[in-house]
Amino acid sequence: MSGILVIAEHRRGVLNPATLETIAAAAALKQVKPQPVAVAIIARNPDEFVGQVNAAGVDEIIKVAVPTDTFQSDVYEATVAAVVAARGPAVVLFAHTVDTWGYAAAVAVRGGFGCATDVFAVRYEGDALVATRAGYKEKLHMDLDFPGRQTVVLTLRGNVFKPIEEPGSAAVSAVDAPAVAARTAHLGYIEPDQTGDVDIAQAEYMLSVGRGVGEEDNIEQFKELADALGFTLGCSRPVADNGWLPKSRQVGQSGKTVVSCKIYVAMGISGSVQHMAGMKHVPTIIAINKDAEASIFSIARYGVVGDMFEIAKELRNHC
Amino acid sequence: MKILVPVKQVAVLDEDFELRDDGLDADPDFIDHESNEWDDYSYEAALQIMEAHGGVEVVPMTVGPEDAEESLRRCLAKGGERAIRVWDDALTGAGPATVAKLIAAVARREGADMVFAGTLSADHSYAMTGICVAAELGWPHVAVVTALEYQPGAATATVHRELEAGLVEKMTVECPAVLTIQLGINQPRYASLRGVKQAKEKPVDELSPADLGVSGEELAASASFRLRRMFKPARGQAELIEGTAAEQAARLASIIKELRGAA
Repeated sequence: MSGILVIAEHRRGVLNPATLETIAAAAALKQVKPQPVAVAIIARNPDEFVGQVNAAGVDEIIKVAVPTDTFQSDVYEATVAAVVAARGPAVVLFAHTVDTWGYAAAVAVRGGFGCATDVFAVRYEGDALVATRAGYKEKLHMDLDFPGRQTVVLTLRGNVFKPIEEPGSAAVSAVDAPAVAARTAHLGYIEPDQTGDVDIAQAEYMLSVGRGVGEEDNIEQFKELADALGFTLGCSRPVADNGWLPKSRQVGQSGKTVVSCKIYVAMGISGSVQHMAGMKHVPTIIAINKDAEASIFSIARYGVVGDMFEIAKELRNHC
Repeated sequence: MKILVPVKQVAVLDEDFELRDDGLDADPDFIDHESNEWDDYSYEAALQIMEAHGGVEVVPMTVGPEDAEESLRRCLAKGGERAIRVWDDALTGAGPATVAKLIAAVARREGADMVFAGTLSADHSYAMTGICVAAELGWPHVAVVTALEYQPGAATATVHRELEAGLVEKMTVECPAVLTIQLGINQPRYASLRGVKQAKEKPVDELSPADLGVSGEELAASASFRLRRMFKPARGQAELIEGTAAEQAARLASIIKELRGAA
């Protein structure tokens, strides 16, 4: 087994840009250990993505035409297995996304492959592939290897590997998709609710509250503080799940990315990977949290280890 | 009709912690345990189906040492009549694929009709276990489920799958199936004092891998990775603002004012 296989991801006719990050990770491994890099496009019409994944470092683009436009785990599992059987890669790379949460590990179990998820660094130590991921809510990192595995499946964390923009000159080939009856069926998409509230993606200044806010009745004082500062109020997942603020105010992977934000004040937000995916790019992050070890402090520019209610109360004196 | 709900007792590190001498894990003196938040939602989803229909049994299970029984009692305090705990000391440090092999073995032994797992666990967040269970069983599966319509015995369930950026997909999945349940799918109940008391009397079956027909070799072969070491990451660090709350707030206010002036 040799070579690296990247599985491209797309939805509704749009390539997930994380695919180019995954290709970058493959190209970096190829630099230290020369080996072919192939990208598989599993789609009803793979041709529409060929140009987009033809990035520098890619040797082969494998088109696999399947009879579905939407992600169906049975189809994708069987198809990736068929491509692995056809090309025999040592490493199969996916972006760590909702789709791959739904099948990458199954591909590994059924193929007898090694597997690690949410990997943010990968290297060779001698011949051994070593993947690094986090544990204990990001407080520790772990190095993993895969002794005895001919093929290893890794899903890669987003916004870690810098996407390759330079075009490549890959050969284009095709592999036949196996015939498989999907036991899931797509009924439709439900768009995020955009009505009647602010678009936090447009906000330049944000104050977000997390689980530390404690209860619904405490939201109002932070709303007032945000208003007084001229900031837009946002939140992390638990606040939206509880219905204390609308889903449209939720920052993070399953909420919104605050693309325009310049200053982000995080109060009582510990900083899950999913939340940080929506705001870690903000140039100035100010974190206020009781827990000095909270992950949010690792990406914040300024931090206050303290009580969000006390700080909020004192901040009102400066508005 | 039976719904199997695998739950996990997750590890929580103290604020200040040290690594074990072998560098393979945190020193257990600095680790506390609690129930995995996601499992409150998967268990609630199962209980709601049980309460809405006759003839539905909900069985919580875990793969974990004696301490992990607490997470099963926590489930039983909310509903359900019995639980299953699988353990052998050889399972210490077992990864998600190995745990999944045992959950699948329990699903077979129990004749489970559905498995509801948490989407991920709060400690190591592999987001693998439920999907590996499905692969072991050869069952259809959907990950990150935020809504569920299921009539016991029906050929399919209708689910919402939470995608990125607020997009949701509505889909059907053939049953039996493994669903991994996401936060927010419901409002998990709290156990009543009476429930907590009753739960103490409910049976928890203790099974070993051997009882489930899973050999030591199969367990060893199922590990999808080997842990080489754990280490404290070199973290970026915020400039910490010290002082009284009033002083800290004053400094924050001036930072914000300065940055906005420059913007």
